[in-house]
Amino acid sequence: MKQWNNFTKGFIKDNPVFILLLGLCPALGVTTSAFNGFGMGLATTFVLLGSNIVVSIIKNVIPNKVRIPCFIVIIASFVTIVQLTMEAFLPDLFDSLGLFIPLIVVNCLVMGRAEAFASKQDIWSSIVDAMGMGLGFTLALTMLGGLREILGAYSIFGIQLIPGVTDGMLVFVLAPGAFIGMGYLIILFNYMKKKTA
Amino acid sequence: MAKKESTFLNMVVTLFLVTAAASFTLATVYNLTAEPIAQAREAKRQFAIGQVVPEFDHLESRKFLPPGGGDSLEFNFAYLNNELVGVAVNTWTNRGYSGRITAMVGFKHDGTIIDVFTLNHAETPGLGDKIEKGKSDWSNQYRGLNPAADNIRIRQDNGQIDAITAATITARAFSDAVQRAHDTFAENVMSQIKTEGEPVL
Repeated sequence: MKQWNNFTKGFIKDNPVFILLLGLCPALGVTTSAFNGFGMGLATTFVLLGSNIVVSIIKNVIPNKVRIPCFIVIIASFVTIVQLTMEAFLPDLFDSLGLFIPLIVVNCLVMGRAEAFASKQDIWSSIVDAMGMGLGFTLALTMLGGLREILGAYSIFGIQLIPGVTDGMLVFVLAPGAFIGMGYLIILFNYMKKKTA
Repeated sequence: MAKKESTFLNMVVTLFLVTAAASFTLATVYNLTAEPIAQAREAKRQFAIGQVVPEFDHLESRKFLPPGGGDSLEFNFAYLNNELVGVAVNTWTNRGYSGRITAMVGFKHDGTIIDVFTLNHAETPGLGDKIEKGKSDWSNQYRGLNPAADNIRIRQDNGQIDAITAATITARAFSDAVQRAHDTFAENVMSQIKTEGEPVL
């Protein structure tokens, strides 16, 4: 039951983007389409999972004063692994996300979970926490990306909703649309959190 | 939980071990992915060349400096049965709305544009990204023009290319890239090609 709570808390109750307001840079920057948000979410989930596992394993041999540099080296290594692997095997996704992948290093979500959770808990809990938080982050980015794609380009995951109409409300594809969409999704998530609490 | 004490030696050793392990892991991953990455890049380049020149069976590449200065352009001479069918020029401009735009421009032997294809850019999604082939037909208007006779600047600059609505700067930049490709082509290659199909190099 405890692990189940650990897992599900990332979806609504502690949703990293809409409730904790962590990792807003990629959440606002890459979500021009549902697919981009989904890809970025999965990349971050992988990094989160890797760093949580490693941090949890070595937490007892890291001297307290140098723990942050160690965490950053670990996170940066996983980010580079994701970047190289994506460029090699998913070049199309890399074309649209490539610029933002290195930014996962400074995504406060990854650092935050390493410092606040994995460095204090056992491996199993850390894995569950990483999966829950990562999928919650993916859900948030896909929702925001989907909202912006539907309103901005009248399509979802690249599939046109109205044949022949491609010019949607341009503002939603541009940066201001990210903030507008984010605002309404924060309202929605806080409302849902209140209902379930 | 028994946290290890933060003595000087402990910290130095730990940091060294963590960074050493990270370097080793990254070196391994790099070695594993180097080959697929090179293949993916080569496939992308081949695809872009194929978009702007007719069918070919082998390529020869050479670099030329543009007359206006700046980075050299890669010329890909495309041959079919040892006859030159087109030249795909990898060109660039720094006048984009957000930085550099790179594009592939295909020329016939006399400098007529066969087609253009955008490679990399960071233009505004929904506006400037209409220079991409998949997003809009905008770039098709360069087809069949010869910059020696036709003015390939945008209408606002008294040329004959329709700019993109709300992305004039991007369209102007794209024309600049095509013009750079043609200028370099005219200076270095055109004089050496006497008749259609004759090998150059």
